Amino acid sequence: MTILIILTLCCLLLSLLFDRQKTMTGLQIGWKMFLNMLPALLTILSIVSILLYLVPQESIVQLLGAKSGPVGVLIAGLVGAIALIPPFIAFPLAGILLSKGVGYSVVAVFVTTLIMVGFVTIPIEIRYFGKKAALLRNSLSFVAALIIGLLIGLVL
Amino acid sequence: MRYRKILKQYFWLILFLLFSAGSAVFNFLPGQKILANFNFFLFELITFLPLMFLLVGLFDVWVPKESIERHIGAEAGWQGFFWVVLLAMMQAGPLYGAFPVAYILSRKGASVRNIFVYLGVFSCLKIPLLTFEVNFLGLQFTLLRTLFSLPLFYLIGLLMEWQLGENYKVSDGK
Repeated sequence: MTILIILTLCCLLLSLLFDRQKTMTGLQIGWKMFLNMLPALLTILSIVSILLYLVPQESIVQLLGAKSGPVGVLIAGLVGAIALIPPFIAFPLAGILLSKGVGYSVVAVFVTTLIMVGFVTIPIEIRYFGKKAALLRNSLSFVAALIIGLLIGLVL
Repeated sequence: MRYRKILKQYFWLILFLLFSAGSAVFNFLPGQKILANFNFFLFELITFLPLMFLLVGLFDVWVPKESIERHIGAEAGWQGFFWVVLLAMMQAGPLYGAFPVAYILSRKGASVRNIFVYLGVFSCLKIPLLTFEVNFLGLQFTLLRTLFSLPLFYLIGLLMEWQLGENYKVSDGK
């Protein structure tokens, strides 16, 4: 995070040094795109906050720990695809699952679908990529996540 | 007219904020917990997204189309895959932050295949995420996941390009 801030400021400074006019144009472009995305994003995040309250972490742990084997993997994939849990919660959560004896494949599928498939952000994705591409990308990512999880489960 | 449009766009959000304010006043616990969740996302949004868009704007004015076309365009081949993976790994933030970057890359001539490789790597293999993953799930787990992911991302890129056609372009999100 700090690195990103420093990097961005360096880029901005360099850019200003070389060409003020160009920098201003760039900032305007960025700002417009930001405003463009903001309302849809805030709406979705407020809905996700409600969902996150309705489905607390304990029930996710319970849900994922309940079944092993193919059913467990499938449940993990579905939960991961629907939930929008930021990585800094998701990884500790996955760590807890592992320590409770939940299989590697279940945890791997959960983590991978969580970060690759964004069910709740699909409306935003559609605005950029179109319906077909957004749905296709999420479905393919879901399948890929299942494969990755199963492979990890086989090796570990 | 303009205000009406803004009001319409933010309608749900205003409703949500009213609900939150009401929860605070009447000590409605679920409402307060929901607001805490929201603040958490909001923090992520206001720390990452402005930086991301700032970089995207600068990228747009400074990086010439030819250079993107040459490095990650349709003719770039394996080297293009390498560059796009490197670019995506060096980033941070939630996946929706990658959409505007994908738009700029697409407009500057990146191939369809590489755009979807970019999205995949951005979601799964960015370095800040990997360091975090190593801490909680171990180096072995992280390395294996990376190893299995890369060829699948390439495959997803190929399939997307095949389905959408080579002339597919990402739109500006309006």
